[in-house]
Amino acid sequence: MWDFVKLAVLGVVAVLAAYAANQAHDLAYLVHALIFMAAAGIAFLYTLRNFGEERVVETGYMDKVIRYGVIATVFWGLIGFFMGVFIASQLAFPWLNFEWAQGYLNFGRLRPLHTSAVIFAFGGSALIATSFYVVQRTSAARLWGGNLAWFVFWGYQLFIVLAATGYVLGATQSKEYAEPEWYTDLWLTIVWVAYLAVFMGTLYNRKEKHIYVANWFYLSFIVTIAMLHIINNLAIPVSIFGSKSVQLFSGVQDAMTQWWYGHNAVGFFLTAGFLGMMYYFVPKQAERPVYSYKLSIIHFWALIFLYIWAGPHHLHYTALPDWASTLGMVFSIMLWMPSWGGMINGLMTLSGAWDKLRTDPIIRMMVVSVAFYGMSTFEGPMMSIRAVNSLSHYTDWTIGHVHSGALGWNGMITFGALYFLVPKLWKRERLYSLSLVSLHFWLATIGIVLYASSMWVSGIMEGLMWREVDAQGFLVNSFADVVAAKWPMNVARATGGLFYLTGAVVMAYNLWMTVKRSPAAAEAPAAAPAE
Amino acid sequence: MTKAPRKAPKKEQKQVETTGHSWDGIEEYNNPLPRWWLWTFYGCIVFALGYMVAYPAWPLLDRATPGVLGFSTRADVEKEIKRFEEINAGIEKKLAETDITEVAQDPELKHYASQAGAAVFRTWCIQCHGAGGQGAKGFPNLLDDEWLWGGDIENIHTTITHGVRSEADDETRTGEMPAWADVLEPDELLAVVEYVLSFNQRDANAKLVEAGKVVFEDNCSGCHGEDAKGNIDVGAPNLTNAIWLYGGTREDIMETVSHGRGGVMPNWNARLSEADIKAVAFYVHGLGGGQ
Repeated sequence: MWDFVKLAVLGVVAVLAAYAANQAHDLAYLVHALIFMAAAGIAFLYTLRNFGEERVVETGYMDKVIRYGVIATVFWGLIGFFMGVFIASQLAFPWLNFEWAQGYLNFGRLRPLHTSAVIFAFGGSALIATSFYVVQRTSAARLWGGNLAWFVFWGYQLFIVLAATGYVLGATQSKEYAEPEWYTDLWLTIVWVAYLAVFMGTLYNRKEKHIYVANWFYLSFIVTIAMLHIINNLAIPVSIFGSKSVQLFSGVQDAMTQWWYGHNAVGFFLTAGFLGMMYYFVPKQAERPVYSYKLSIIHFWALIFLYIWAGPHHLHYTALPDWASTLGMVFSIMLWMPSWGGMINGLMTLSGAWDKLRTDPIIRMMVVSVAFYGMSTFEGPMMSIRAVNSLSHYTDWTIGHVHSGALGWNGMITFGALYFLVPKLWKRERLYSLSLVSLHFWLATIGIVLYASSMWVSGIMEGLMWREVDAQGFLVNSFADVVAAKWPMNVARATGGLFYLTGAVVMAYNLWMTVKRSPAAAEAPAAAPAE
Repeated sequence: MTKAPRKAPKKEQKQVETTGHSWDGIEEYNNPLPRWWLWTFYGCIVFALGYMVAYPAWPLLDRATPGVLGFSTRADVEKEIKRFEEINAGIEKKLAETDITEVAQDPELKHYASQAGAAVFRTWCIQCHGAGGQGAKGFPNLLDDEWLWGGDIENIHTTITHGVRSEADDETRTGEMPAWADVLEPDELLAVVEYVLSFNQRDANAKLVEAGKVVFEDNCSGCHGEDAKGNIDVGAPNLTNAIWLYGGTREDIMETVSHGRGGVMPNWNARLSEADIKAVAFYVHGLGGGQ
């Protein structure tokens, strides 16, 4: 019966998508309707082939979807890092904005592709995969909802493809980190609600009395992102058969909503979600207890409460009223210690196991990750101070700040988690090569240092050059002078990115060989939920 | 190996109790909050409260609390602009009132106009004319002595003030290269392009040049002149030198003749003060090509 319903729904979706493609007003919508049609068609055929098969009630942890998630994470990571290196090179060498690809592959089109590929495709896949892993282990329960977890995985991948193709074809609402158009947003909303259901359902079935701290962070990430996503993307489509839409808010209200969203995308996607990752994988890899339960409670609630108010610091010295700007700044400053609570808990968990830094490159990666987390969460509040911001705003400093967070914190903790997960998920005794992990560690670290330091120099220089006026109040430098002066730093940043990308390629190879070559692990008595 | 005994006691000290929970083998110590962490957190909160008293912070019904320091970003900007306006007020007024041809005679005005003009140029002009005024295809080079609308300082001043083919200004410079493909036969187009090429002793097709000369005299000489040296009254370029705004190859010239040209420069009187326009005119005139 259930199979009949599925077939009917998928069939109707495919037909509707085909109709929409036929009616499309623009190319992006046409392509997206065809992608929807293909996705529904494939799902239809898959359901048909497995029609009426005896359903085995599976017990034990649901790991196959996590394996897919790990593969997706590595895949999107490589794409995202490559796009980053490419657009950084476009800034240094403008001829890379190829004449034959104008309107498709120039910097303006590829930049959101890079940011979304890294944050939402790489980071998002990592968060979904690790949260599914962690919530099962720490709750000793199988993922709730049967195949719903598969829907979350494939639905999210479909969202990524829609977003990425949309950028290249020009379907964007021009909101940073919220570029996808209305139908892509609606689709993500459906997927996200399913994600929340799977996660909450699994927590509900937990065998442990208490909910582990990692799961608080994951849950806060899922809930808050849902809220942010829906409110910031409130829009009215111009036509049901076109990709364009009109934002519900306008002017400074729209800007404030956007940066309330934008800042908390950093706060809840890239901070809270990844802290969830940190709270599981660091103690596991170090084989040490978490440093302080008390600290984890206090810093969790302080972080959640304070982060949500800090958005206005993105709009200092704009049309935003001064009072809102003040509040954004002071909440950012109060956020400093709650952010550092996570760093302390991460680093101090290693106390008594510091010797592992010498022998275990994965631990080294995690420590550097937490250190970059600490650095970025100090730099952020500092840059939110109005006087500092008047120098740093719109400059490369901001970009350096984001990247020390993204490459250092999010990237490194994800790499650590991947190195931890792959042998476990594919039941291998160990990784293929620890010296390749070490090589990856050094390539990535050198890459980040090159990137961040060149952007500091470039950003501060830009800020100083822009504001320089002579005795009579005339600007001393033209914008083009500043662009020309940035050239060496732009080359250095692209080089840093290349190091980082190379490290990721080494990782992909190492993980591939782990699955292919490493000896199989002896069947461990799985701590699976006893059904 | 030697490290082990040194380390052990330290580790022992640190052992506090765990909370007794265990998740997938992960336990938690119940260490107290680090003192420095707690006090820094309190410090940040105190700072935040103080800052909110000092600066505009809390929204009320019709305004926000202004803060005891009376801070306002808009007032700050106005103050800074006003300060410079006051410094420059006298000389700005003098510049606006002085005839553009006489600016160079007053050393003080001359100095100010070249400084201010350079700043105006960097802000408003380089997007099209290039950082050094070197121009680009379709955007005239301001360094050479070729001037579509005249290169003496009065003409430059007029061009900047009213723009070229700017719809927003009735006194703008007008004159347009028509699309001759609508008027001439294809063989006439081919011939006239060869004739134009022949001006700079380039390898024009001699057979067509004669026919082209007739076409030129009938259609083009009205603006470009019998001698093809152009006419600044209608912005018709000189065709006998090596300077080509839209390219000087056979293909470029064919495109220009066939489809016409009509680039636009804005009328800057809508954006800049008279003193700024005079200053930038003075600066551009002094770049090297001014007549």
